[in-house]
Amino acid sequence: MRNVAFRFPGGQTLLAGLNLQVRRGETLVLLGRSGSGKTTTLKLINDLVSPTEGDVIVDGRATREWDRIRLRRGIGYVIQESGLFPHFTVERNIGLVPEIEGWPADRIRKRVTELLQLVGLDPTLASRYPKELSGGQRQRVGVARGLAADPPILLMDEPFGALDAITRAELQREFLALQRRLQKTVVFVTHDLREALLLGTRIALMEGGKLVVALPTDEFTSSTDPLVLKYLDAFGATPHDQRGSA
Amino acid sequence: MNVFQFILQNHGEVLELTLEHLWMVVASTFLAVLIGIPLGILVTRHPGWNKPVLGGANIIQTIPSLALFGFLLPVPWLGARSERLAILALTLYALLPLIRNTYAGIKGVDPAVVEAGRGMGMTDRQLLFRIELPLALGVIIAGVRVATVISVGLATIAAAIGAGGLGEYIFRGLAMVNNQLILAGAIPAAALALLADVSFGWLERRLSPV
Repeated sequence: MRNVAFRFPGGQTLLAGLNLQVRRGETLVLLGRSGSGKTTTLKLINDLVSPTEGDVIVDGRATREWDRIRLRRGIGYVIQESGLFPHFTVERNIGLVPEIEGWPADRIRKRVTELLQLVGLDPTLASRYPKELSGGQRQRVGVARGLAADPPILLMDEPFGALDAITRAELQREFLALQRRLQKTVVFVTHDLREALLLGTRIALMEGGKLVVALPTDEFTSSTDPLVLKYLDAFGATPHDQRGSA
Repeated sequence: MNVFQFILQNHGEVLELTLEHLWMVVASTFLAVLIGIPLGILVTRHPGWNKPVLGGANIIQTIPSLALFGFLLPVPWLGARSERLAILALTLYALLPLIRNTYAGIKGVDPAVVEAGRGMGMTDRQLLFRIELPLALGVIIAGVRVATVISVGLATIAAAIGAGGLGEYIFRGLAMVNNQLILAGAIPAAALALLADVSFGWLERRLSPV
């Protein structure tokens, strides 16, 4: 049973008294504006940020008790602009975690081909460098890299934020299809309400380093919490129309 | 007799002094790379050391070269062979550009890339050798380039303490008020500096990723 629970809070002002649970196989979206603490919350999970108080529990064990390197290798990490290594080919980028985990070369190669197909890329792209790819392709490589060692947990920090609207919609659709197949535990950071409603099974709204609410996606739009209303309002049209168009 | 006739007539001696010169530059740059790059890496890992290390290298840089040669002269083992002393002094001068460029090169790597690597579970060593150093290589080579060019010029002064090199001609020419002789030292030295600059420039472009 893998229930990830965070009890903690962070440095003086960044995050305070945060309690949140992520359930196995769900896509929890951390929604909030810039500076709301959503990215920090995400980084607490793979211990890129350590809690100053409280505990972040992953797989039944507090992150402070984990071997940090082991913890991170078991968690896929996908970030905005994908953070691909510019001096590595697509193949080496995707195969990095397997490589440092000591997989044999032919197994890595097979896995890379498999992943490229999974994210809808032509396997012949494997020998290209990131700068030779389009933004959408780079982001797909980023997702493939996050999935490389088949981690049960995937952290995604505004992975589609830098893409044009059409490519973003395409990647969002593919993400949904992928997630239906893979059933990973995903924590997804975004400031985009539409994206949250589309991708999340649950939405946690954050504001000023605090968790406002965490609700299943279909309950989110009917919430009467003033901050949720404010957020819904900021995105114009009534929430139900958005659901429909999404 | 013009400079080129002089060089042709004394090509044996010119070659010998050039080789001495080259040896001082190569040995000192090599030592400086060996010390400077690890120091540069170290200060990226321990931000508190940044100021003292770079400050120290800066202070060395401000000591006039002739004075530095003079200060080191009484040191026992070093003073015994002026060439050793010259190499040490040149090494000290070369440290600043190497430490600074190594530091700047590593700090200049896109933080998102480093964070991605860390988040994927790379150890500090893996991050350094697979990501940071390769991406900083162009900037580090630029530091080696600057250090080498400076060192070719400074090495002429080493002749003042009897370490040889092309400075021999320059100092002899100064003493004899003979411009030809000065040029016979200065021209090959300038050529060496240019050669070093061009070769490292090429290497810098070749090894710069992306």
